[in-house]
Amino acid sequence: MRTRWLLIGIGLLAAILAIAAVACGDDDDDDDNGDTPANGEEPANGAQVGDTLGDVVARGELVCGVNDAVPGFGFLEADGTSSGFDVDFCRALAAAVLGDADAVEYVILTAAARFEALSSGQIDVLIRNTTWTLSRDADLKATFATTTFYDGQGMMVRVADGISSIDDMAGTTVCVLQGTTTELNLADRFASGGLDYTPLTFEENGPLEAAFTAEACDGWTSDKSQLAARRFAYAEADGGPESLVILDETFSKEPLGPVTRDGDTQWSDIVNWVVIGMITADEKGITSQNLADFVADPGNAETARLLGVSFEGGEIFDSNLGIDADFMQDVIGQVGNYDEVYTKNIEPLGIPRAGTLNASWLNGGLIYAPPTR
Amino acid sequence: MAGTTIGRLSLWRNVRVQRFVIQAAFAGALAAFGYYLIDQARDLELGFDFLEGRAGFDISHQFGTSYNRNDSRLDLYIAGIVNTIRLAGVGIVLATLLGLAAGVARLSGNWLVSRVATVYVETVRNTPLLVQILFWYIAVFLQLPRISESINFPPDRISFLPFFDVPFISFDLAFLSVRGLALPWATTNDGFSLWLIFLAVAAAASIAVRFWRGRRQERTGQPSYPNWWLLGTFAAIALVGFAIAGGPLDPERPVVGERSYDGGIRLTAEFTALLVALVTYTGAFIAEIVRGSLQAVPKGQTEASAALGLSPFQRLGLVILPQALRIMIPPLTSQYLNLTKNSSLAVAIAFPELVGVSRTIINNTGQAIPMFAIVMATYLLMSLAISLVMNTFHWRLTREGG
Repeated sequence: MRTRWLLIGIGLLAAILAIAAVACGDDDDDDDNGDTPANGEEPANGAQVGDTLGDVVARGELVCGVNDAVPGFGFLEADGTSSGFDVDFCRALAAAVLGDADAVEYVILTAAARFEALSSGQIDVLIRNTTWTLSRDADLKATFATTTFYDGQGMMVRVADGISSIDDMAGTTVCVLQGTTTELNLADRFASGGLDYTPLTFEENGPLEAAFTAEACDGWTSDKSQLAARRFAYAEADGGPESLVILDETFSKEPLGPVTRDGDTQWSDIVNWVVIGMITADEKGITSQNLADFVADPGNAETARLLGVSFEGGEIFDSNLGIDADFMQDVIGQVGNYDEVYTKNIEPLGIPRAGTLNASWLNGGLIYAPPTR
Repeated sequence: MAGTTIGRLSLWRNVRVQRFVIQAAFAGALAAFGYYLIDQARDLELGFDFLEGRAGFDISHQFGTSYNRNDSRLDLYIAGIVNTIRLAGVGIVLATLLGLAAGVARLSGNWLVSRVATVYVETVRNTPLLVQILFWYIAVFLQLPRISESINFPPDRISFLPFFDVPFISFDLAFLSVRGLALPWATTNDGFSLWLIFLAVAAAASIAVRFWRGRRQERTGQPSYPNWWLLGTFAAIALVGFAIAGGPLDPERPVVGERSYDGGIRLTAEFTALLVALVTYTGAFIAEIVRGSLQAVPKGQTEASAALGLSPFQRLGLVILPQALRIMIPPLTSQYLNLTKNSSLAVAIAFPELVGVSRTIINNTGQAIPMFAIVMATYLLMSLAISLVMNTFHWRLTREGG
């Protein structure tokens, strides 16, 4: 009897020690890879800091944090696939790194949970209409890539309520998403106007839209692109898009772009230059349709460097990003250039590219690519 | 060798040594795990300074706190705690009443009553709480009319059937719409502090009177109605004080404004939906606890009290329930704890309780580990407080023999 208990005890002890050993083993691995936030943030003992690229290649799949509720940007379709502007940048990154735009695992994140997911290493990159701000850059230890979409916060109201500006909104209730810069801007804007209001702060877009539709709130504030997307999809049964109006005032700057963890500069560079490459391709008129022509005959030295091909018999330009020199061929061939991605996802929402901040700098917009050299 | 094993076991087989080794190993493993956690967090810049920073955003529900966006994050967190306590406090009381009723109803001899209670318990107990919260909010409370078409009470006209339609009371006491339920309330004026003094005197006097009547009943054996005396004394002094203070409360009726209710007190759709969901969910579990405890009281008790000529209501209230209560309290305590912890689902429907505000703070500051530590400590304190009250109650109940 006693022997049996002893054996059970020893068994338990062995199990506990095994678990402890595994935990310690993890610890050692982390010191080598440094891919946990604890180690990723501080280069300790000169060890290599973060190797997201290595992890992605080893896994054969990119893990991308996206939205599921904003049509045109990040949306979960009825058949379970993700689509949208942000999602196409995930695909572009997968094409660049793995040569296959479909090798992406999408992790759907709420606004409130996204930075935890990024810093904990649950995702490799966050492309979920995320605004670049100082405190996020510094406090949240995030690195922001080139802005893919210049947005601004606006307010959507019902036409029937006769509200024509934010200053008409004293005493109203405003629906807003939790954990967003929007929540803070809303408070600042109403404070500066000396306006009294009640915020209804939701975690998810679904209940928020239900509350707005039921007139539990008078206004819905978010990035204007998101409001346009929601307005576009507003059910006819509830009055359709014509029953809603987005007020002219833009009360914040919301530059949206991909986000990576601090401390892994190589990975951040790759994310950044995939975006820049797509903008460059747009500037040079390289599309998924005519890519083969440019590969055969780049025509100028920068195009040759972008596509990783030889120009006039010269040496092939190597970016030293740690991925294939011709990565942009995969990106443009499988996903397209910036303009193609914009046209496919955002124009259907009724937001044209021409004449907005998101036009190319060649046409008076802000979308501008640093040189590929 | 045969003689030496009597009285002296080998070290290997000594039960005290065995226990010591196992316990030491377990403590060691626990310490190693703790060290691992601390080691992981060591490189993060942890601290609680961020709580002093300006919060910067507003919240929709406050009860007794006056937080605004310029206050510190600590003030915001306190407002969140108060919201949680308010929700849990009201929820616990209502869930207990509902659970008691449903538990008794399940044992009812009336076929319809017991079936209705069974359907309620089995439906609610077997579906996820978050789904129920969203159901109550979106499918019930958001279906109420918009504010401009508020339902008023009492109604202006009473009409039913095509031919019956007469004017009724034309002033309104309460309104119901998707913006919530607006009820009359009272504001305090200058006499209020004087009246508070009267209330304190009333409380002291009524307790003294109850004590006196209780002693009298014990001594003489004559019914002396100590609780009625307590209520009567309190009400009498409070009313006299109310008159002397010159009416310290001004009644206030709600008015429908353009986009909100003015005056009165407002129960929002968010708070009410959450409360209903939590109460019905927890009430179903309490009903099962009540049923089990009632059935655990020996049948002979029911039969004996029936033989004494007690009515069914008296049997339940005087004989069965007091005995069942002793069995009921420990599992009831865990339901109270569950209700309190489940209130953290509130963020789904825009009620800013402590987890909701904490997550926004984390999002704005990136201080996830210290903030979650504070949240855990807060829940631990609240749970320990509930346990303390319930255990004290249970201890008194068992000691006094019901």
